[in-house]
Amino acid sequence: MKNINVYEKYDQQSDRMTGRTEKMTGARAIIECLYREGVDTIFGYPGGQVLPIYDALYDSKIRHVLVRHEQSAAHAADGYARATGKVGVCLATSGPGATNLVTGIATANMDSIPIVALTGQVPLSMIGNDAFQEANITGITLPITKHNYLLQDANDIPRVMKEAFHIASTGRPGPVLIDIPKDLTTELIDFHYPETVKLRSYNPTYEGNIQQIKKAAEEILRSYKPVIYAGGGVISANASEYLRALAEKVQAPVTTTLTGMGAFPVDHPLFLGMLGMHGTKYANYSIQESDLIIAVGARFDDRVTGKIRSFATNAKIIHIDVDPAEISKNVRVDIPIVGNARKVLEDLLKYVDKAPTDDWLQRIAHWKRSYPMHYIGGKDNIKPQYIIEQIHEACKDAIIVTEVGQHQMWAAQYFRFSEPRTFISSGGLGTMGFGFPASIGVKVARPDKVVFDISGDGSFQMSSQELATVVQENIPVIIAIFNNGYLGMVRQWQELFFDKRYSYTCIRNSVDFVKLAEAYGALGLRVTQPSEVRPAIEQAIASGRPTLIDFWVECEENVSPMVPAGAAINEILDLERKA
Amino acid sequence: MKHTLAVLVENRYGVLSRVASLFARRGYNIDSLAVGVTEDPTISRMTIVVRGDDLVLEQVTKQLNKLIDVIRVTDLGSEDTVERELALIKVNADVNNRSEIMQIADIFRAKIIDVASKSMVIEVTGDENKIRAIEQLLKPFGIKEMARTGKIALRRGPKSV
Repeated sequence: MKNINVYEKYDQQSDRMTGRTEKMTGARAIIECLYREGVDTIFGYPGGQVLPIYDALYDSKIRHVLVRHEQSAAHAADGYARATGKVGVCLATSGPGATNLVTGIATANMDSIPIVALTGQVPLSMIGNDAFQEANITGITLPITKHNYLLQDANDIPRVMKEAFHIASTGRPGPVLIDIPKDLTTELIDFHYPETVKLRSYNPTYEGNIQQIKKAAEEILRSYKPVIYAGGGVISANASEYLRALAEKVQAPVTTTLTGMGAFPVDHPLFLGMLGMHGTKYANYSIQESDLIIAVGARFDDRVTGKIRSFATNAKIIHIDVDPAEISKNVRVDIPIVGNARKVLEDLLKYVDKAPTDDWLQRIAHWKRSYPMHYIGGKDNIKPQYIIEQIHEACKDAIIVTEVGQHQMWAAQYFRFSEPRTFISSGGLGTMGFGFPASIGVKVARPDKVVFDISGDGSFQMSSQELATVVQENIPVIIAIFNNGYLGMVRQWQELFFDKRYSYTCIRNSVDFVKLAEAYGALGLRVTQPSEVRPAIEQAIASGRPTLIDFWVECEENVSPMVPAGAAINEILDLERKA
Repeated sequence: MKHTLAVLVENRYGVLSRVASLFARRGYNIDSLAVGVTEDPTISRMTIVVRGDDLVLEQVTKQLNKLIDVIRVTDLGSEDTVERELALIKVNADVNNRSEIMQIADIFRAKIIDVASKSMVIEVTGDENKIRAIEQLLKPFGIKEMARTGKIALRRGPKSV
C-alpha cells in the first residue's frame, strides 16, 4: 500500500508548479505531464529501460494497472479510450516490451482510437548498437501510428507529451507513440508544461464547408429513398444525438457499421441494424435501392460495401468525414463534407426538413416483416444468439466488449444497444484477444457499469493470462465464452467455401475453462443447458467478482445472414441451422 | 501519367522515412525524389515525381497531408514550371576523342569538371530528355559511371508554393 501522505505532498507540488518551472527528472516530468493531461489510469508492464519511470510512478496517485502481457496494456488503453472518449495510456519497456504493443497499436489505428503509448528505449548513446532489448519501435510503428516520436533531448519531454495528447485526440483520432531513451528519464530538466500546441503542419478541419452542407441539404430534401450510413466516427465525435435528430427530422432510416453500433438506438423504428457482410437483409436491400446515401464517420470498408462496383449503383453519396483522405478512397462521392461529425450534423440540421420518404419507409417496413433477423431456437442445445438476448434482458445497459469471430457478430446482431460507447469491438484490424484486455480498460473507466467480454474459446485463449490481472486488481468483468470447440468463423468459411474440410479449426476439449478461472482465483461457471443460461448470467452480475462463464453452445451454428466475400451486398444468404 | 509534387516538410529526423514508408505502404510508385533544405532552415523541400491517374494523385496528396511533419503539398503538374535534373557522367576519353566529347558537351551547355588521361567527368543539367540525349551521344565512347539527381522544380513567375 502506498502512503497517502505521499499523494498529498505530490498534489501540493503539482499545484505549486503551475505556471512556473521547477527542476525535476525526466521520469518525474513524464508523470507530471500525465497529470496535466488529466490521466487517472495507465496500463503497463515494467522493465529495465523504464525503471526510472516506474520509480516516479510509485508515489504518484495515477493508478497503474499491471497487465500480464504488454499487448493487453495497449488493448486496455484502447478499451478505456473507447468507453470514455479520453486518451488511453499504456507503458512498456524497450525491445520486446515495445514490440508486444504493436498489435494493440495497430488495432487502435485501424479504428481511429486515441491512445498514447510510452516505450522505454536504450540510452541515446547506445541506439543503433543492437544493445540488449533494443528495437527500433518508431520505425516498426511508423505505418500503424498517427504519429510517433523518438525523444532526443529530455527538455523536449513536456512539449512532446503535450503534442502527443493533442494529436491523438483531435482530428481523426489515433495512436501516438513516444519512445524514451533511458538516460533522458534520469536527467534533470526545468519543467514547464506548455499551455498550447504549436504545430504549423497539423490543423484538422472541424467546421464543414457551409456551401457543401447546403448542397447536401438540397439533395436530402428531394430524395425519396435516403439511407443514413453511420460509422465509428459518429461515436468518436459524440454526435449520436445529432444523428438521431437528423434521422427523425428527415424521416430517413439509419444503418450502422460494426464500430458504429450504439450510435443509434437499436429499438428506434428508423433503425435498420448493421449493414454489410453480416448485416440485416433489410439494411443491405435498403442501401442497394436507395437514391441517396448519407455517410457519416464511416469509410466504405470492404466488409460493408461487398462488391464495390455493385454498391448502391443508383444512389448519390454525401460523405461526411473528418479525414479528407477518406473522401473518394473506395467509392466515388458526390458531395464531400470534411469536418467533425457533430459540428457538420449540427449545421446540416438547420437546412433540412422532412423528405418525401413515406413510401420508402413502408417498403422498408415490408422488408423488415419479410426478412427479420432470426435463428432457430434449441431445446437441448444452447444457441449463441439466445445467450446475447438473455444478457440483454438481464442487464440492458451493460457494456458489451467482444473478441473477434462469430460471437462478435452475434453480439452486434442481437444485443439491443441504446447508448454510444456500449459496444466495444475491434472492427478494422479484427484482433482476436482484444476483448478481454479491452474490457479491463472499460471496467476501470466505467466501474458503475456491468461489463461483459463476449468471447469465443479461440479468442479467449489469446489473452487468458489477464485473469491474473482482473483478480489482483479486483476488476469484476464478466467473460462469457461461447465455447463451440471450433475457431468458429474460420470453420464457417471452411464449411461454406472449402467443402467442410475443417483444417486446423477444431480446438475441442483442449481446456477446462472453469478450472482455469478458479486457478487464477476468479469465479468459474459452466453452462450446458438452455435453462441454466439466465441464472448463470444473474449469478455473475450479482457476484461482483471477476467471473468466467463457459457456455457450451451449439457447435456448428453459423452467423446468418451472410454476404459471401466478393458478392454484392444484396446477394445475402440465410445460413440458419436447425435445432 | 507523371505528376511532380512539391512537398514542404519539417526539416527533422525521420521525415524522409515517413514519406517513403507511406509510398511503400499504399503501393504508390516514386519515379524520382529529391530532398534539400529551403530558404527557411526549418523546412525541407521534397520534389517527388509520382506515376498514376488523377485518383492516385488525389490519394497521394491527401495521405501526404495527413503526415504530421508535412506542411504543404503542391501538384506542379498543371502549373507552368521550370524543372531541372543534374547528372555527372564519367566517360572514357583520351587524346584522340577528347575534343569530340568536348564539342558534344558544348552543344548541351554541359561542363567538363574533371579531366584525366583516360577519362573526363561531365556535368549536365536540364530536363529528363536532355539528360537522356547526352547520355545516348556519350554512350559510344563508353560511360564508366553516371550519377543522377531526382528532378527539382519551381513555378515560373512570382507565385510560390
